[in-house]
Amino acid sequence: MGRAGGRRRDRLRWSKLYTFSCFRAPATDEAVGPSSAGGAVGGPGFSRVVHCNNPAIHRRKPLKYPTNYISTTKYNIITFLPKAIFEQFRRVANLYFLLTAILSLTPVCPFSAVSMIAPLAFVVGLSMIKEGVEDWRRFIQDMKVNNRKVAVHKGDGQFEYKHWEDLCVGDVVKVEKDQFFPADLLLLSSSYEDGICYVETMNLDGETNLKVKRSLEVTLPLEEDESFKDFRAVIRCEDPNPSLYTFVGNFEYERQVYAIDPFQILLRDSKLRNTAFIYGVVIFTGHDSKVMQNSTESPSKRSRIERKMDLIIYILFTVLVLISLISSIGFAVRIKLDLPHWWYLQPQNSNKLDDPSRPALSGIFHLITALILYGYLIPISLYVSIELVKVLQAHFINQDIHMFDEETGNTAQARTSNLNEELGQVHTILSDKTGTLTCNQMDFLKCSIAGISYGVGSSEVELAAAKQMASGADDQDIPLRDVWEESNADGIQLVEGVTFSVGNNRKASIKGFSFQDDRLMQGNWTKEPNSSTILLFFRILGLCHTAIPEINEATGSITYEAESPDEGAFLVAAREFGFEFFKRTQSSVFVREKHTSSKGTTEREFKILNLLEFNSKRKRMSVILKDEDGQILLFCKGADSIIFDRLAKNGRMYEADTSKHLNDYGETGLRTLALSYRLLEESEYSSWSSEFLKAKTTIGPDRELQLERVSDLIERELILVGATAVEDKLQKGVPQCIDRLAQAGLKIWVLTGDKMETAINIGYACSLLRQGMKRICLSIPTGDQVAQDAKKAAKESLMLQIANGSQMVKLEKDPDAAFALVIDGKALAFALEDDMKHMFLNLATECASVICCRVSPKQKALVTRLVKEGIGQTTLAIGDGANDVGMIQEADIGVGISGVEGMQAVMASDFSISQFRFLERLLVVHGHWCYKRIAQMICYFFYKNIAFGLTIFYFEAFAGFSGQSVYDDWFMLLFNVVLTSLPVISLGVFEQDVSSEICLQFPALYQQGPKNLFFDWYRILGWMGNGLYSSLAIFFLNLCIFYDQAIRAGGQTADMAAVGTTMFTCIIWAVNMQIALTMNHFTWIQHLFVWGSITTWYLFILAYGMTLRSRDNYQILLEVLGPTPLYWVATLLVTAACSIPYLIHISYQRSCNPLDHHVIQEIKYLRKDVEDQTMWKRERSKARQKTKIGFTARVDAKIKQIRGKLHKKGPSLTIHTVS
Amino acid sequence: MNSHAAGTSNGGSGDAGGAGAGAARRNTRMPKYSKFTQQELPACKPILTPKWVVSVFFIVGVIFVPIGVVSLLAARDVVEIIDRYDEACVPGNMTENKLAYIQNSSIPKDCTRTLMVTKDMKQPIFVYYQLDNFYQNHRRYVKSRNDAQLRDPSKANKTSACEPEKTTADGKPIVPCGLIAWSLFNDTYIFARGNENLTVDKKHISWKSDREHKFGKDVYPSNFQNGSLIGGAKLDPNISLSEQEDLIVWMRTAALPTFRKLYGRIYVDLKENDNITVRLSNNYNTYSFGGKKKLVLSTATWLGGKNDFLGYTYLIVGGLCIFLAFAFTLLYFIKPRKLGDHNYLSWNRHPAGR
Repeated sequence: MGRAGGRRRDRLRWSKLYTFSCFRAPATDEAVGPSSAGGAVGGPGFSRVVHCNNPAIHRRKPLKYPTNYISTTKYNIITFLPKAIFEQFRRVANLYFLLTAILSLTPVCPFSAVSMIAPLAFVVGLSMIKEGVEDWRRFIQDMKVNNRKVAVHKGDGQFEYKHWEDLCVGDVVKVEKDQFFPADLLLLSSSYEDGICYVETMNLDGETNLKVKRSLEVTLPLEEDESFKDFRAVIRCEDPNPSLYTFVGNFEYERQVYAIDPFQILLRDSKLRNTAFIYGVVIFTGHDSKVMQNSTESPSKRSRIERKMDLIIYILFTVLVLISLISSIGFAVRIKLDLPHWWYLQPQNSNKLDDPSRPALSGIFHLITALILYGYLIPISLYVSIELVKVLQAHFINQDIHMFDEETGNTAQARTSNLNEELGQVHTILSDKTGTLTCNQMDFLKCSIAGISYGVGSSEVELAAAKQMASGADDQDIPLRDVWEESNADGIQLVEGVTFSVGNNRKASIKGFSFQDDRLMQGNWTKEPNSSTILLFFRILGLCHTAIPEINEATGSITYEAESPDEGAFLVAAREFGFEFFKRTQSSVFVREKHTSSKGTTEREFKILNLLEFNSKRKRMSVILKDEDGQILLFCKGADSIIFDRLAKNGRMYEADTSKHLNDYGETGLRTLALSYRLLEESEYSSWSSEFLKAKTTIGPDRELQLERVSDLIERELILVGATAVEDKLQKGVPQCIDRLAQAGLKIWVLTGDKMETAINIGYACSLLRQGMKRICLSIPTGDQVAQDAKKAAKESLMLQIANGSQMVKLEKDPDAAFALVIDGKALAFALEDDMKHMFLNLATECASVICCRVSPKQKALVTRLVKEGIGQTTLAIGDGANDVGMIQEADIGVGISGVEGMQAVMASDFSISQFRFLERLLVVHGHWCYKRIAQMICYFFYKNIAFGLTIFYFEAFAGFSGQSVYDDWFMLLFNVVLTSLPVISLGVFEQDVSSEICLQFPALYQQGPKNLFFDWYRILGWMGNGLYSSLAIFFLNLCIFYDQAIRAGGQTADMAAVGTTMFTCIIWAVNMQIALTMNHFTWIQHLFVWGSITTWYLFILAYGMTLRSRDNYQILLEVLGPTPLYWVATLLVTAACSIPYLIHISYQRSCNPLDHHVIQEIKYLRKDVEDQTMWKRERSKARQKTKIGFTARVDAKIKQIRGKLHKKGPSLTIHTVS
Repeated sequence: MNSHAAGTSNGGSGDAGGAGAGAARRNTRMPKYSKFTQQELPACKPILTPKWVVSVFFIVGVIFVPIGVVSLLAARDVVEIIDRYDEACVPGNMTENKLAYIQNSSIPKDCTRTLMVTKDMKQPIFVYYQLDNFYQNHRRYVKSRNDAQLRDPSKANKTSACEPEKTTADGKPIVPCGLIAWSLFNDTYIFARGNENLTVDKKHISWKSDREHKFGKDVYPSNFQNGSLIGGAKLDPNISLSEQEDLIVWMRTAALPTFRKLYGRIYVDLKENDNITVRLSNNYNTYSFGGKKKLVLSTATWLGGKNDFLGYTYLIVGGLCIFLAFAFTLLYFIKPRKLGDHNYLSWNRHPAGR
């Protein structure tokens, strides 16, 4: 850092110019005793004492506060093992397996202990490794933050850089431009003379406009490094708390006590903007800081399918207990009644496990044996496989090249893999706006001056409409996707000379400026008829703002530090038109004017007399200035409705035209502002000025009102000049993505911290709103009743508004009518209360699009919860900032946008993508696949284990319920681990019903997920029934075949090993055939796994039969079963018998009741899509859900409108409509 | 997906100003393209077209019916004589107290049965004994053996798992230990046709691997059936276990409580209406648990014994498949659906939409 003192170039006293936000009462009033403002300070909850610039005190007790080290990890090295193990065994299933593993060490277990403990150790180990890796990532992230550097005062007026984590309460820090604040600070002074600084709080509340903070006047002299040499002060303030907008504390400096309010507090994770540097004292560090206090532990989420699976597991567990009970009762009865007669078992020498004299006790012991024996109904491998499959699916998501963003170099990341299938079931998307839908960059695109519209560039909406029109002449249903892809022609000649220019020749070189019109550029505007008005227009653009120019010394180019990006765009536009704003001093604004290309430039100075800045209530801003001729002018820009209300009689010359243009602009998704001016007489101004000064110095609560009233006095009798249209640059592909998501049947809500107008404009820009949509706005009228009354009245009024809205929706007869709901934060606070939320939700679900503005992070989370719980469908929240964290955590799936500054959203998210547009692929392709894969996989797992587990039970009935299994222990162990696991994993990882292109082309296929076609009870029970059938077929067919007769020409009969092995062979065949029938997509991997599993089985018994260790299975294949034709014949019969019902089912379903993906598979298979391209295209367009939002709907509306116009023009026009 | 590709490339060029060298570095983070990671591996995607459905069912039917017929014919070829003798061999005065009869070793257990050959029987004729209601598959029973001991003379002491027939009262290990061996079947049969003795060949009635690898050539029974409780047959302590084939057969526990075990083979052809006299010693106690004892003489084919079930099942499944083939053919004629008919897409079927 260079000597900062030298950089104090912009010594501006903003507080003198600003009217509203920066105002402060005279300093004398500030020195209040500790009793008044900070009455509570020192009491309970307000015990913090900070010795400024004396951090040594805070390194010892009693004033030792936490360091600035933050840690968001769940575990550390010591706690990892116990804590992670505890976490694992909180899952009921794991606990059950643990129990069986423990019991397997006792003699009641029918199997060897290893076969129970090994898989459990594997599952738990795998999950713990996963936990560990995730926690490690968090740790790395924390370290990155902790190791950021900041300049800290080390004494004697010297500053040095330190890691954030070494920061201590009481430290004086110097934060430079565009740096984050390392902790919660008290602002002491800034590079501006009056201690103002600009702060971007996007990470806290998502608001993009800069906030002004101002230091106490008493600390203003502390403006250089040296001045901190002897600086000493004490802050007494509140204890750490999560409230972002309050602060109570006192500042004791030079034996005076000053009250601190939130204006002086700079919060961690917000960013210094437009200010070279600030000095501050650390008040709250690390986890004490407000933003950390706000962070909640991220909840662990489970997908809908998994929750349903749990339910099924419980059902299966009930079945398990039931058959175990049957088994143990049977056992007890046999023991009591029959065992004494079974001399060959030597009943007189019984132990307690089968004691005929105590059958009840033996029965109870046997219950445990049975529970373990039939444990195959709930296989531990189900959990392993699902876990494994999801990790692999996540890997595919991470590797998807189509979700790689070249600009940021980020791929999509599935941060938690257990929600993959949930992506395929999303019903509602709740989206943040700034940084998610928009890139928060404005482009000046059009303007209307003196009733003439300038600017031929087209917004994205217009482009699409143009293309649609051009191609729609012969077929209306050409899907938009094609429109986007095809034709990059410069312009499309439309019928009868309506030409839309398609701006691929748009000069993208100037950031913030996409205006194209030769009439105004290169000084040509002087030739226009209304050049004087145009001059005025440009001057307003260049003068009516609060920005500061920043000259790049190397290139000489000027960039602007503006409070809002709109203003930046205006200034860039003004510069391009030849009105370059290049210098601001305390009292003047300097503009370099270049009227014609030939004449060169003239520098002009305008004296700023007053600045009435923008706020959301006023919706306008004005400057009052004196030009070089001494003329006093008021320039005012603001929302059109506000400006139009304030026009003078003679200022309405262009009102009609301008408002028409404004409508057009709005319709094409542009942000509009109206510009106006007023000439002031010297006397008029001076009288107003004195009144204004009076208002400004008023002390007390009505100061604000006074100021507003006085401002209002001057901002009237305006003369309309024109209007601007700025395109809020959406992120790439956002409208298309929203369009397609809407076509896939998803509902999209936008939740934004921005102003209502901004939100509505964005709604237009991304086609969530359009002209002709009926808009229901819910807001609380501002009243000035007493607090209690106001609340009640507000609530009642809101209730009425909602009721009216619902009534309106109900009475609407036109099926094409679309409603949009716009609600602001204050209204939302009431609407989210218990008694109203359902009314609100009902109305909201009736509306095609919902936009919530000015919502706090908390409210975002609440809305998400309301939607999640109220509709009962899967919700997805997407956002990029720390303010979206609550929402991301609350939603069923949280998606974070990565690649922008601040990682909080990504850290809290389940998936991260770098662009909103990747959401389409994430949901429609990966979500769809994963959902089907997991659903089919789970169903198949149940089938497989029921088919296997029940045969064990049947055999019990024939073995006196003694707990003997017909299969060898090793068969049972390998069944789930080796012999049937890989095919089901390949199903879960590689299955595709249709390819990714088709998923994208037919968004309607996505609806199979939200409708849950593949995991409904019908299907689950069907699969279970199939499993039951297979178990019966396998067991009883084999039983009858091998009953008592010789099995081969040698006369030998079958023993238990032979029967068991044959039965097991049949099971292996049956379940693998079943999965082969289930799969639609065979790559070499599936082939290898399915057929390989069967081969492995034969290889296994071959090898197993070779080892002497085995008992009756010795040489079983080579000697006993291999040469026995009956074995092979039985296998064939049973396999066929097991597969036939399912084959009938799928054949029948496909022939009589095909699902969409069946038909599409057939079309692809027969290459009909190539032969009959019209049909293919038509179906693709029909596969879109009929939407009322999105681009398509918007374009349709626009086309209708243009057609209407053309029809009026003349009958000669022919437009074919193919329905 | 094309659109994405197009989009990114456009974006890349538009952004060219600032990106510069950074972009190259970033692009190295781009996932490597491979058909595997992009899930674009070539795959066969079989579709159940009507042709496939009908032909699959038809082919299965066509394969299964002949197999059924052949199996049925094979099963019909088998001649089987079953004689239940447990009731009949109890002397008339003891039918009320069969248990006392069988447990009293002083009562002679000899018994003679005459069997009538119903049909010509080609040699080899297999002699089986069949037990009913005998739970050889009971867990307590199945576990009660030790294979190491049977195989290896040095491991005679290994009697773990053999409860409750591990050792004699004075702690000497029993070989072979365990309940299975202890309860060895001990009825014997001697066959004669007229005056001609029919020799029963008891060689090779067990699996070869059992004889050679599981039951040691140099393992001899010791302390067997020496305790107070006598189960079934006694073993000659001078014959090695690998030659005690009755024991080897018996040690192969049956899967079901009704089972047959091979007793021996008769290498003589029997003619229809031959009378076979069986002199048997009815030693084995099935009376206490109400089990039946049967003597079975049977021939065997390549498919084994007399088992109609397999043939019938094949016929049923095969017939069902052919029926299904016709049913589906019919279905396609009555309610034809053109393959890949877009009219069946859900949005065309429910034109109202949702």
